[in-house]
Amino acid sequence: MNDTSTLKPGHIQGETGIWEMVIGLEIHAQISSKSKLFSGASASFGSEANRNVSLVDAAMPGMLPVINEFCVEQAVKTGLALNAKINNVSVFDRKNYFYADLPQGYQISQFTKPIVGEGEIIVDLDDGEQTTIGIERLHLEQDAGKSLHDQHPTKSYIDLNRTGVALMEIVSKPDIRSPQEAGAYVKKIRSILRYIGACDGNMEEGSLRADCNVSIRKSGEEFGTRCEIKNLNSIRFIIQAIQSEAERQVDILEEGGTIDQETRLFDTSTGETRSMRSKEDAHDYRYFPDPDLLPLEFSESWVQDIKEKLPELPDSLKKRLIKDFGITSYDASILVEEKDYVDFYQHAANGRDGKLTANWMITELFGALKKDNLSFLKSPITSENLGELISLISNGTISGKIAKEVFSEMMKSKKSPSEIVKEKGLEQVSDDSEILKLIDQVILKNQDNVNEYLSGKDKLFGFFVGQVMKLSQGKANPGIVNKLLKEKLK
Amino acid sequence: MSELLDLNLVEASEALKNKKISSLELTKAYLKSISDTSSLGAYLEIVEDKAISMAKESDKKLIDGTARPLEGIPIGIKDMFCTKDIKTTASSKILENFIPTYESTVTQNLWNDGAVILGKLSCDEFAMGSSNETAAKGNVINPWLKNKKMSPGGSSGGSAAAVAARSALAATGTDTGGSIRQPAAFCGITGLKPTYGRCSRWGIVAFSSSLDQAGPLTRTVSDAALMLNSMAGYDQKDSTSANLKMPDLMDYLDKGIKGKKIGIPKEYTQDGISEDIVKFYEKSIHWLKDEGAEIIPVSLPHTKYALPTYYIIAPAEASSNLARYDGVRYGARHEASSLDEMYELTRGNGFGDEVKRRIMIGTYVLSSGYYDAYYLKAQKVRRLIKEDFENVYKKVDYILTPSTPTTSFELGEKQDPLTMYLNDIFTVPASLAGLPGISLPVGLDNSGLPIGIQLIANSFDEPGLISTARILEKSAGFNFIADGAAK
Repeated sequence: MNDTSTLKPGHIQGETGIWEMVIGLEIHAQISSKSKLFSGASASFGSEANRNVSLVDAAMPGMLPVINEFCVEQAVKTGLALNAKINNVSVFDRKNYFYADLPQGYQISQFTKPIVGEGEIIVDLDDGEQTTIGIERLHLEQDAGKSLHDQHPTKSYIDLNRTGVALMEIVSKPDIRSPQEAGAYVKKIRSILRYIGACDGNMEEGSLRADCNVSIRKSGEEFGTRCEIKNLNSIRFIIQAIQSEAERQVDILEEGGTIDQETRLFDTSTGETRSMRSKEDAHDYRYFPDPDLLPLEFSESWVQDIKEKLPELPDSLKKRLIKDFGITSYDASILVEEKDYVDFYQHAANGRDGKLTANWMITELFGALKKDNLSFLKSPITSENLGELISLISNGTISGKIAKEVFSEMMKSKKSPSEIVKEKGLEQVSDDSEILKLIDQVILKNQDNVNEYLSGKDKLFGFFVGQVMKLSQGKANPGIVNKLLKEKLK
Repeated sequence: MSELLDLNLVEASEALKNKKISSLELTKAYLKSISDTSSLGAYLEIVEDKAISMAKESDKKLIDGTARPLEGIPIGIKDMFCTKDIKTTASSKILENFIPTYESTVTQNLWNDGAVILGKLSCDEFAMGSSNETAAKGNVINPWLKNKKMSPGGSSGGSAAAVAARSALAATGTDTGGSIRQPAAFCGITGLKPTYGRCSRWGIVAFSSSLDQAGPLTRTVSDAALMLNSMAGYDQKDSTSANLKMPDLMDYLDKGIKGKKIGIPKEYTQDGISEDIVKFYEKSIHWLKDEGAEIIPVSLPHTKYALPTYYIIAPAEASSNLARYDGVRYGARHEASSLDEMYELTRGNGFGDEVKRRIMIGTYVLSSGYYDAYYLKAQKVRRLIKEDFENVYKKVDYILTPSTPTTSFELGEKQDPLTMYLNDIFTVPASLAGLPGISLPVGLDNSGLPIGIQLIANSFDEPGLISTARILEKSAGFNFIADGAAK
C-alpha cells in the first residue's frame, strides 16, 4: 500500500488511503483578431501603454459596443472543432464589478446563453493512451485592462490596451483525473486552436491562460469541495499547481479539516498555491442581459459554411499520417500536436521513407532544437533540407553515421545536405575495388588477429569491419564492407 | 425682435429660405432671449460664438441655394447629448468639467442638416427625475405662472422651458419613462418620443439603455416632424438602432384621420387625475370624433404594473450604466489613499440623492437572491405590457390618453420620491413597450397651466402619429404663450 512508485498519476497516497483528483479547467483563449470584441481598436500585443484604446474601450459617456463578426466566426469555428453544439441564439450579459482596469464597471460576457454548448475532445496521454474530456461550454467575453502596481510608490498605473480584447472561455467538464491529463488537455485545445487559426495559443504573451478547479475524493465517492486556481500561463505551472493544491487538500482532510471553497493563486517561486479570496468575499456580479446588444443570432447555413471551410483537425490528420506514411501512433500524435510540425513533416516525407523521416524529425531535429534552445519556427533546417537528407540516406549516398555529421553541420551552417556532402567529400564509398584496397591494408596490419579469426574466433569479425570503416573515415558502405570482408576471410 | 420670436420652426425655415430673415438675426434674437430669460435657469452652457459662426455659415448656404432642411435654425441641446468641445455634464457634479472629444449621432445629424447650436440645456441629473429638481446646478423654472416658480417637469425640463420661454426655436430631449412628454405637457409645448431604435443612442449619456430614446421638443406638431426628420436614422454604431428608413414626416402633416380608430384605454381614467385634465381629455376625444375618427374603448390590463416594472428595469440598467463614473479616467475624482475609498468619495460626492437612490435600487434588484423576484419578473411583466399594446393595435390605430395626471406643480412641493414617480404613470407604459408617443398642449387648467394630451402609435408609425396629432392640434387651437416667455 505504501509503495508510491506504483501510484497512478492523479492519485495521492494518504494515511487513510488513496485519494483521487477531480479537475475541471476554464481556458481563456484570446481570439486572433485584428480588432477588439466590441470596438475597432487594435488588439495587437506589445504596443506602448494605452495606445490601443478607443472611446468605447475607455467607456466614455454614451459609447456603445458593436459586435465584431470575425470574433463570432472564430467562436463558432472553435465550437465545431470541439465537436460541440452551436447555439444559433446566444445572449451577451454584463458581469458587474468595480476595478480600476475595468472602465465600464462591467465585463461583457455570456452567462446563461453561451454561443457554444456541450462537446468533447480526445486527449493523447504520454503513455500512448487516449481519454475523452467533455466540454461544458464556450462563451465570448471581453478581457480587462492591466493594473501596474510597481511603477510608483503610492500610485497604480493602468494600461487599457487589453481592455475589450476578445476572449473565448472554454469550460471543461470535471472529467480530468490527473495533472498530466490536465496538461495534455490544454495541449490538445491549444493545438486545435492553432489548426483553425482562432487563437495563436501563445501562453507567454497571455493569449492562452487557464483557471483550474481542483478537488479530491476517495475513489467512487461524491465530488469534494473545490478550489479554483486562477490565471496559470504555462502547462508546467498547471501541472505543478494542481499537484500541489491536491496535496494541500489531502493534508487538510487527513487532519480532520474541511476544504473552504475559495479562489487561489499559484506562487511560481514556492510552487504552492495561496488563498486569494474566500467564497464569502466573492463578488456578486449582478449578471443581466446587456441592453446595448441584441441577442446574437445566426443561421444554420452560416454555421454550415464555416463547417465546410474547417481545415483538417489533429485527430483525423493523425489517422491519415499513420495510414499514408506507415508511422507509429505515438510518432503521429507528436507530429500532429502542432500544425507547423505536420506541415513540415508532410513536406519532408513526401515521396520518401515516412518512418525514417519521422525518426529524424522527432529524435534528431527536435533534440537539436531543444539543445540550442530554438523554437520550431526558428529551425535552421528546412523541411526541404531534411527531406533531402532522408533521400541521401535512402539511396546510399551517405551512411546513417555520416548523416548525423551532416545534420549537425546543417544546424550550424543552414546549408543543404548535398552541398555539405560534396564540400566535405562525405559521399559513401560503395565501389568494390576501393573497399578491397582498404580491406587489404587492414589484413596486412593485423595479421595476428586474422590468424585468430581463421582459427575460429568469430567474434573478431566486427573488429575488422570497424577497422575498415575507421580507415575510410566512415564513408565506406557498411553492407559492402561486410560482404567483401566475409569473402576475403573465408 | 418679437416678430422673429413669434415664428415657429416651420415658419422661420420658410422665412429663411425666402430670405425674409437671416439666420444671424434669428440666432441673435434667440441669444438675446436666452439672456432675457436667464433667471429660468434653462441653459447650463451658452455657446454664443459658435452659434454666431454657424449662423453665418448657414446664411451663406441660404444665399447660394444649398440650404439644408434645418438651415439656420437655432436650437438648444439637452445636456445628455455629448457635444464635441462643448461641456457635457448630464446635469451631474460627477461630470461637471467633462468636455467630449466626440459628437453624438443625433446632434451630428442636426448639424449636418444646418441647425445652429445655442447651448446646452439643463435636465434632471442623468435624466433621473420628473421635475428638473435633481439637476446638480439647481432646478429650472417653468415660464408659466412666473410669479409662482412652477416645475417645468423632467427630466427634459430645460429643453421644455427653453422652447416655452422662446429661448430656443426647438430643443432635443431624451425620454426614458416620459422625460420628453411630461415636461412638454407641463410647459405647454409639443414633445415627441419616437419608437425605440428610431434615433441612435450613440453619444447620448446612457441612463436606461433599453428605454432611452431621443426626440424633439417644439412649439408645434409640424416643427416636431421637421426636427425628427433630421434626428432619426439608422446608425451602425448603435446595435439597437432600427435599420428602417423613416418616410419624410412633412408628407404626413395633412393626411387627416377619417376612418381611423382611436382607442380609449379604461385604465387611464382612474382616480387622482385632475378634473380639468379629465375635461380636456373628453374634449379631445370629441374633437377626433368630429374629424371622422372612430372612438373605441380598449383595455390595457397590465397598466397598473407599468410603474413598478419601470422602477425595477430603469434603475437596474442605470446602476450598471453609471458604474463607469468612477473617477479613474475622466470626470470628478476625489483623491483618497485606497482605490475603494476613492470610489466611495468620488461617487458619494459626485452623485445626487436621486441618482444614488436609483443606483441602490438597481443594485438590489440585480443582486443574487433577488434577481428572479425583481428583475426577471419585471422583464416578464414588461413583455405582458407590450402584448397588451399589440392586442389593442389589432383593433385600433392610435391610443389617446392624458399625458400626466396633474398639471405642473410648485418647485419643492413634492418631497416624497414615490409621489414624484406617479407623474410618469401615463407615459411609462409606452416607454416599456418601445412605442412612439407625442404630447401636445390642448388647453389651460383653471390656474392657467397648460394641459397635455398624449397620442401613442404602433411601432414605427411616426407618420400616422404626426397626422393624428395635427388634427388634435388644429382642433384644440392652443395659442397661449407663457407669461414668463421672452417678448
